[in-house]
Amino acid sequence: MSGAVLEVTDLCVSYAHPLGLVRAVDGVSFRLAPGERFGLAGESGCGKSTMALAILRMIRPPGRIDGGSVRLDGVELSSLSREAMRQLRLAGIALVPQGSMNSLNPVMRIGRQIEDALANHGVALPRKALNARIADLLSTVGLRGEVAAMYPHELSGGMKQRACIAIAICLSPRVIIADEPTSALDVVVQRQVMETLARVQRDLGAAVILVGHDMGLMAQFVDRLGIMYAGRLVEVAPVGTMVTAPRHPYTRALISSLPSLDRKGELQGIPGLAPLLRDLPPGCAFHPRCPLAAERCRREAPALRTAGEAAVVACHFAETAP
Amino acid sequence: MRAVISYIGRNRSLLVGTVLLLALAAFVFVGALLVDTENARPLSVPILRPPSWDYPFGTDKTGRDLFAVMVVGTPLTLRIGFIAGFLGVGFATILAFTAAFYRGMTDTIIRSIADIGLTVPSLLVLILIAVSIRGSLTVNQMALIVASLAWLNPTRTIRSQVLTLRERGYVELAAMSGMRGPEIIFCELMPNLLPYIGATLVSSVSSAILASIGLEVLGLGPMEAPTLGMTLYWVNFYAAMINGWWWWWIPPIVIIVVVFLGLFFVTVGLDEIANPRLRRSA
Amino acid sequence: MQAVYVLKRFGVFLLIVWLAATLNFFLPKLSGQDPVRAKLLAEAAMGGNVQLGLEEMVKEYDTRFGLDKPLIVQYGNYLWDISHFDFNYSISNYPRTVRELIGEAIPWTICLLATTTLLSFAIGTFLGALLAWPGAPAWMRYLMPPLWALHAIPFFLFGLILVYIFAFRLQILPMFGGYTPGAIEAFTWDYISDILVHSILPALSIILVSVGGWALAMRGMMVTTMGEDYVVFAEAKGLRPGTVFMRYCLRNAILPQVTALVLALGQILSGAVLVEVIFGFPGIGALLFHAIQENDHFLIQGIVFTVIAALGLGTFLLDVAYPLLDPRISYRRR
Repeated sequence: MSGAVLEVTDLCVSYAHPLGLVRAVDGVSFRLAPGERFGLAGESGCGKSTMALAILRMIRPPGRIDGGSVRLDGVELSSLSREAMRQLRLAGIALVPQGSMNSLNPVMRIGRQIEDALANHGVALPRKALNARIADLLSTVGLRGEVAAMYPHELSGGMKQRACIAIAICLSPRVIIADEPTSALDVVVQRQVMETLARVQRDLGAAVILVGHDMGLMAQFVDRLGIMYAGRLVEVAPVGTMVTAPRHPYTRALISSLPSLDRKGELQGIPGLAPLLRDLPPGCAFHPRCPLAAERCRREAPALRTAGEAAVVACHFAETAP
Repeated sequence: MRAVISYIGRNRSLLVGTVLLLALAAFVFVGALLVDTENARPLSVPILRPPSWDYPFGTDKTGRDLFAVMVVGTPLTLRIGFIAGFLGVGFATILAFTAAFYRGMTDTIIRSIADIGLTVPSLLVLILIAVSIRGSLTVNQMALIVASLAWLNPTRTIRSQVLTLRERGYVELAAMSGMRGPEIIFCELMPNLLPYIGATLVSSVSSAILASIGLEVLGLGPMEAPTLGMTLYWVNFYAAMINGWWWWWIPPIVIIVVVFLGLFFVTVGLDEIANPRLRRSA
Repeated sequence: MQAVYVLKRFGVFLLIVWLAATLNFFLPKLSGQDPVRAKLLAEAAMGGNVQLGLEEMVKEYDTRFGLDKPLIVQYGNYLWDISHFDFNYSISNYPRTVRELIGEAIPWTICLLATTTLLSFAIGTFLGALLAWPGAPAWMRYLMPPLWALHAIPFFLFGLILVYIFAFRLQILPMFGGYTPGAIEAFTWDYISDILVHSILPALSIILVSVGGWALAMRGMMVTTMGEDYVVFAEAKGLRPGTVFMRYCLRNAILPQVTALVLALGQILSGAVLVEVIFGFPGIGALLFHAIQENDHFLIQGIVFTVIAALGLGTFLLDVAYPLLDPRISYRRR
């Protein structure tokens, strides 16, 4: 299946911690088609944000990319020089950061923060054209032109998040990675931000990777969903299939833990705690908490296997489970 | 105990600082055994002798045995620092906790006083106080004078630490489970603050020693006491440097440098304990 | 709304000035000494002969200096005088006034302090920032420990060491004074360079010791700043490393540094006073030292007051200028 705009193959990222090696991302592979919306979900600490940084090659010591490849439009990113990779950031792959709280430079006006993104990528426009372009970008994300002259602390959470989106799209990237863009926002603003993101992505024809842990949000936004657990991808499927017929025990537990307006009952959780990434259980990382766990699960880590159309699951019992 | 020692070994600053201070303590203890401390008084020994077997640090113009002076003077200077430092931080802790805990007007008043007090250069006010009290000062009186302003900076820093901790979850939890004010302060906040207060204490002692030496060099100290600062005063007074009596001014300078370096490194080391983010990874 | 902020700060400034004046007035009174009488007695004692009419002389001085009136009146007069910058006559240098003496000494101190503080702040801050940047050359790491250790010792101690090495042993720099005695005061290059040469050691003792402190603090701030979300985003935006360093890291890390500078002014001044004493540099510090030696209360009071007031003013100006640096601190009250 060529034509994938982003291809991640067997990516491994680890951190050197005095108490042991932390495998934040352990052999993750997936493909992104142009214009597709892909969700990457999982609990806190499962390695999702590290994934995002790894794709952008922004992992710093004590972390390092141990192996695997990331290709953008067929170009292997690890083969690029530092300068080339820098140019690619924002222009090729853009990050919409998490925590609209603190992602904007507190002492710079918004307009300037968009401007320096443009300027550092070689866009040299006369002052008037520049201002027009900035105003244009701001209106695309639903912000008034005056925002350009404001400082981040003068904006609300939702406005700041949208400003971040504006920055992310200013160079029309091919891939947008949105890392928990709606955390710390109330539901109404969440909707506005997601709508903005959706619209912008459609207009640009960019692919989106939405990283987060809000399954409800994912279900409403993405085309395909990938579930991460303990640094590994355990299931990838079209969102409809995943919600109605999850195959991995973890996914199943996640879906059934979502409170529903139709049924009344007890809140279902998943027993136990997610493992420490530096102290992973042998074999399948989920087996200590899995209702289907068997001897094989303790010995052998399951690989991602096709299960049904366009879905892959990493579980020994994927086919047999109902 | 072993754990403490092993930790000190890993925390390089703390190690260096402790070693320096211990070396100083050893010097004082051993020295006191080796020399007659009465010779620290003027007119005890022949004047202006360069270092020799009899007088390892030589003698000064007023007939003091400089080795004795150092052995006696170092603990005196340190004592001023410790008294002033402890009093200062003790008072500061009470003020800081009161301000941070009861908030409102109390906090504003205490904070404003501390802030205003800080814009004023403390040495100058100390000079004013010392000049006014003229007449022979004893070492303890010096300590009290220095202590009178020593609480300003610690109040500020401890207060902001307490405020930060106050917002943390476990304090609210303690309040909700029925602990009363003073109980929360002692059982929940204090233990977490101890390393920080420790670092502030050492830093405060260091500033107090600096202030006292400053006053002494200006001639406002206890004139008869053979403290390190007074020794420097006499060095200046008798122009020992120009006259080439190098044995007179080198020991006090070296000892003062060791004191400050030692205290500094201990402060940094304690800071590392207080703020784990600063810890080096093994 | 700006006005409220500025007014508040100005009010604090006035409060400090008033406090300084009051302290200045009451503290010496506590000792119960009459400075004039004490001085006269001292003079008489040194003169060797018993002065008949000593009491009359003291009374005369008391009236002249206003010491015979009730306390409240004295206080009132004092405050009035102070506001006119009238600090009375110098007891030890009569008939010169305190104001005159201070006026002569202040330019020296201001020049010394201003230059050294600015230089050490600038060099130290930039050095600290560079040290925090991963791209900095490796040899810089070796600068840290000596700078660190150096900043723990007081200025004047380092001054003593420098004097010994450069002035006494190597004799390449003058031992003390602000200028060679007998030099002609004029705006000639000779005179100015003479002053400059004399200023090198005092300035160095302050700069070399302070630089370490600023560098250390800045490095710490930079490390904290570099871990902030907005720096991560700046990198993700594909900005050039230089831009990230200057506009995102340094620009933010410097804010607490400036605050620290404002707070440290008092300490720097105290240290500078001692340096002046050691070097005989003809500034406020040396003047103060003389005043203490001579027990010249009026001069001491005048100096202490002037310095506190000047510091208060400096702090006030910096406080008002701070919002220009940090847009989050607005003039508006929250």
